[in-house]
Amino acid sequence: MSTQVFYFVATLSIIFSLMVIFAKNPIHSVLYLILTFFTFTVHYVLLNAQFLAVVNFIVYMGAIMVLFLFVLMLLNLNKETEPVKSPLIKIVGVIAGCCLVVTLVGSFKAATINSPLILKNQGLGLVENLGKELFGPFLLPFELSSLLLLAAMVGAVLLSKRDEVEA
Amino acid sequence: MDTGFIIEKFILVAVIFGISLVIAMYSTYAERKVAAYLQDRLGPDRAGPFGILQPLADGVKMFMKEEIIPTTSNKWLFIVGPGLALLCACIGTAVIPWGSPMEIGGKIVPLQVADINVGVLYIFGVVSLGVYGVMIGGWASNNKYSLLSAIRAASQNISYEIAMGLSIIALLLMTNTLSLKEIVDQQHGWRWNVLYQPLGFLIFMVCSFAETNRAPFDLPECETELIGGYHTEYSSMKLGFYLFAEYINMFVSSAVMATLYFGGYNYPGMDYMATLLGPTWAPLFGVGVFFVKIVFFIFFFMWVRWTIPRFRYDQLMNLGWKGLIPLAIANIIITGVVIAIIEKF
Repeated sequence: MSTQVFYFVATLSIIFSLMVIFAKNPIHSVLYLILTFFTFTVHYVLLNAQFLAVVNFIVYMGAIMVLFLFVLMLLNLNKETEPVKSPLIKIVGVIAGCCLVVTLVGSFKAATINSPLILKNQGLGLVENLGKELFGPFLLPFELSSLLLLAAMVGAVLLSKRDEVEA
Repeated sequence: MDTGFIIEKFILVAVIFGISLVIAMYSTYAERKVAAYLQDRLGPDRAGPFGILQPLADGVKMFMKEEIIPTTSNKWLFIVGPGLALLCACIGTAVIPWGSPMEIGGKIVPLQVADINVGVLYIFGVVSLGVYGVMIGGWASNNKYSLLSAIRAASQNISYEIAMGLSIIALLLMTNTLSLKEIVDQQHGWRWNVLYQPLGFLIFMVCSFAETNRAPFDLPECETELIGGYHTEYSSMKLGFYLFAEYINMFVSSAVMATLYFGGYNYPGMDYMATLLGPTWAPLFGVGVFFVKIVFFIFFFMWVRWTIPRFRYDQLMNLGWKGLIPLAIANIIITGVVIAIIEKF
């Protein structure tokens, strides 16, 4: 049952993420991206990582994608305003894409699949256990990353303030 | 997963869905009556005694009206918008505990569809998803005013979500759980969370007003500036969906406020009532108490709407970012310090 659900949702993830790239309209791309994130949430639930699932739901689907949509709606992009890309950029893009594919294929070949990862604690993804892990063995990295986020936030506020002072 | 379990849950879902729709229907009637009372008018009184059939008449009117889809609109998204708004409004009811487990024919039936251990976060996620209906509908209409309204809705939603999340964190520091069922059970009798978290409740309530786009925060449908807001281009039942979604949102946020801060189905003297009424009727009485609280909050929403004028946009942002967020953070710190002191001694 769970395996079938996984294959179904995984197919949907791939289809939606392809649609993100192939959609002509940027707003449609963002909407497909939201659907992609929703399928990721389902994946997390299937992995019994409920906290990650719901955080993915809130942060990515509920906040970040709303901001994306917000910005795109403000820009009001359409075909007329789309800048024409020079062939040079297209060629560079193709080369970069090919490099990425080679790297991915190489890393998949290097990874051995014959030893599947089995969690010792099946309930690791539940809120309580995750909290104990984060605030126990991983306290320092956790606090450091929150400090980093705080610094980024202060930086963002400062950047948006600077215009006001100069003007 | 036996069949009995599925049937039980199915009945529960159907009942809750029906109740939400009926309450939303009669909220439209109540809103007009409350408005009339506050403005010293009579309100609707033509359809049936006291105008009690008015919501039905309104519903029929909505269905019968001509359906217009603008030619320049994005047809699919134009239809998806109101549907999504209503869907997001309805799924919030899934994790709310409506009553303590009830005994029916020797079987204990929990009056909650799903007691997931991240219930509070689920509600929060559904709330943050609610804005997509407005945004998609507003954008797909291909109308300047609708687009402006959609953008307003998005920025308002994001701004107030932060303060809302922070006010919930202070509550969670006290409850030590994310399960709504456990949060309600901790408030047995008189130990309601609002007594310990008055500031948190105030912030949460203000944010609920903003998240449901109710006055004084109904900037996305500010008719003096935006014609009709995100539903300017909508007609017939699609418009009805948007209006209905607002009332269901109001119902769900009232239920959430009653659950988190006002003890849900708990009431003083509930142990005495439990011995008096037995395991079947006492929970039902609790459900009744819960609905009284919900109806009070719905009334409060309307009371505020017809009392306080709409905010200006910069006032809205100032209140959210410079007023509520610092207050909520201060609330978290105070709560944390007090809890630390209590645990020490």
